Amino acid sequence: MSEQNNKKNAVEVENLYVEYHSGGQVVKAVNGISFTLEKGHTLGLVGETGAGKTSTALALMRLLPDRVSHMRCGVIRLKGDNIMELPESHMNLMRGSIISMIFQDPMTALNPIMTVGDQILEALKIHNAEGLSKEQLNRKVDEALELVGIPASRKNDYPLQFSGGMKQRVVIAIALACSPDILIADEPTTALDVTIQAQVLALIDVLKQRLGMSMIMISHDLGVVVKTCDDVGIMYAGELVEYGSVEQIYGDGPHHPYTQGLFGAIPNIRSKSRRLTSIEGLMPDPTDLPKGCKFSPRCAKCMEICRVTAPGEWEQDGHRIKCHLYGGYTE
Amino acid sequence: MGKYIAKRLLLIVPILLGVTIIVFTIINAIPGDPGRRLLGPAATQEQVDALNESLNYDKPFLERLGKYLSDIAHLDFGESYQDGEPVFRKIVLNFPYTLRLAILQTVCYSILGITLGVFSAVKQYSLADNVIRVISIALAAFPGFWVYMVALLVFSLYLGWVPSSGADSWLCYILPVGCAAVLSASSLQRLTRTTMLEAIRQDYVRTAKAKGCAAGTVIWKHAFLNAMLPILNQVGINFGYLLGGTVIAESVFGMPGLGTVIITAINAKDVPMVMACTIFLAAIFCVLVVALDVISALVDPRIKAKLVKR
Repeated sequence: MSEQNNKKNAVEVENLYVEYHSGGQVVKAVNGISFTLEKGHTLGLVGETGAGKTSTALALMRLLPDRVSHMRCGVIRLKGDNIMELPESHMNLMRGSIISMIFQDPMTALNPIMTVGDQILEALKIHNAEGLSKEQLNRKVDEALELVGIPASRKNDYPLQFSGGMKQRVVIAIALACSPDILIADEPTTALDVTIQAQVLALIDVLKQRLGMSMIMISHDLGVVVKTCDDVGIMYAGELVEYGSVEQIYGDGPHHPYTQGLFGAIPNIRSKSRRLTSIEGLMPDPTDLPKGCKFSPRCAKCMEICRVTAPGEWEQDGHRIKCHLYGGYTE
Repeated sequence: MGKYIAKRLLLIVPILLGVTIIVFTIINAIPGDPGRRLLGPAATQEQVDALNESLNYDKPFLERLGKYLSDIAHLDFGESYQDGEPVFRKIVLNFPYTLRLAILQTVCYSILGITLGVFSAVKQYSLADNVIRVISIALAAFPGFWVYMVALLVFSLYLGWVPSSGADSWLCYILPVGCAAVLSASSLQRLTRTTMLEAIRQDYVRTAKAKGCAAGTVIWKHAFLNAMLPILNQVGINFGYLLGGTVIAESVFGMPGLGTVIITAINAKDVPMVMACTIFLAAIFCVLVVALDVISALVDPRIKAKLVKR
């Protein structure tokens, strides 16, 4: 059974907790999330700033800052390997070749004193298992640049000679240089202007198809997610409050009140109302999360029980919702 | 880049001219005259006047300045008032000791300071980091001459491991180099720690880790090379100061060096000697600063883009 799962699933996360310790306080960034990503599929993680999306992504890469952060419980399997147990040297080999990440801010993600060609070459050299020669590696650098639409002649340029959108293309080229199986895109378009956003998203989509990657797309843009993803997880205060296929999340079925709130905040060109509905209140303080349901202080449909007991999970055809409205107690 | 370097080197000429005029004015403004300084209080006024006249010191200030400038324009730096020898003889005789000491000190304290600083930054707030920081702050609080004298007492007088003065064997260099290494390393350690802490939090360091770089590569190739420029500049400028000689170290350890030459010359109001030393050191310092800027530009393309405008 698990043997079969390994082949089918690129990523399996079970009961992951991430905490940051600073100044005697414990920041609970991720609180027991579980999901699986099928090979070749794209999962969208959606939520407000501070919902724990980036912490989840960094946990998958095992790149959380070691001194202050802490992964607790849980299992993270990448292509069947539990990375929680791997030694650092083995993990280094997985980073870049099995799992790769595109970062949020291309302006700061590139080393300012290395040429872009060298930065791509470095990744190729680390994962050069076939023992390719220098010329072959250099040819692969050219290919990686051309893959993202940058002429290979610019490989000796420094990051300062590129615009924001071009820098993000370089970041993508570095991430994809060693053809990883799993790609995490952490809000890859947030720092870019709208016209460039569309280009970069289209590029990521094409490359994903071409290289047959599995992908986790982190975003707070529901419009981006519906276009690119197969499955969607809605994150709130470090929990996956709703999880399902795009059809289930964007369809008319039952939804978590937070999900409904998120959709209510999208401007609709056909609706007559002039104002957008916003979700009242702010995300709870992660050092002092509310008892019971973490969304209860902001929830319009909050009941007695919500303030006392954490909700169990309601599930139907893989569509999971953590809310008392649906009465699930299948902890 | 070549054009930029040439421009910077040419700029040294007006700087040296400015330095010459200012220092010449200052040393002439010091009360007293070389005749009286050299002959002492016992000499008669006639003897003093005669010596001043033979040194051309009896002429008005502006005339002397004009003559000095025209002399150095012909590369004639004159003779020392003290012994009548050409001034550069003494410089050439003493500078190698100063240079050797400066190079040894710089190499030692850089290695010590940078290694400990990087280590402190990587292991921030660990026990080792805290211990290093406390020692480093304590060392910064000790006056240099005190450390020199304690070291001299312990290692030379009590233990007898090294000679107490001179510069005849390599043993003589151990104490001055060692003391300076420990003292200067403490401030370099703190600078390195600060710049490294900033560098290892940068996004590009995370990108490097995400590529699969090993920890050592991440720290030295990505973080340190980016953090290096302020460190390089401090070490470089400090090297320039060391080339001027360290009077305290020279006198405590009884070593020859430029520092002593300059102080003696000032006390004797030996104008040609003071001027020659000043111009010599200023020229070296200017070249050093240009070299530092060029290295910075070669390391960091952002600096190069600022310096070399199209």
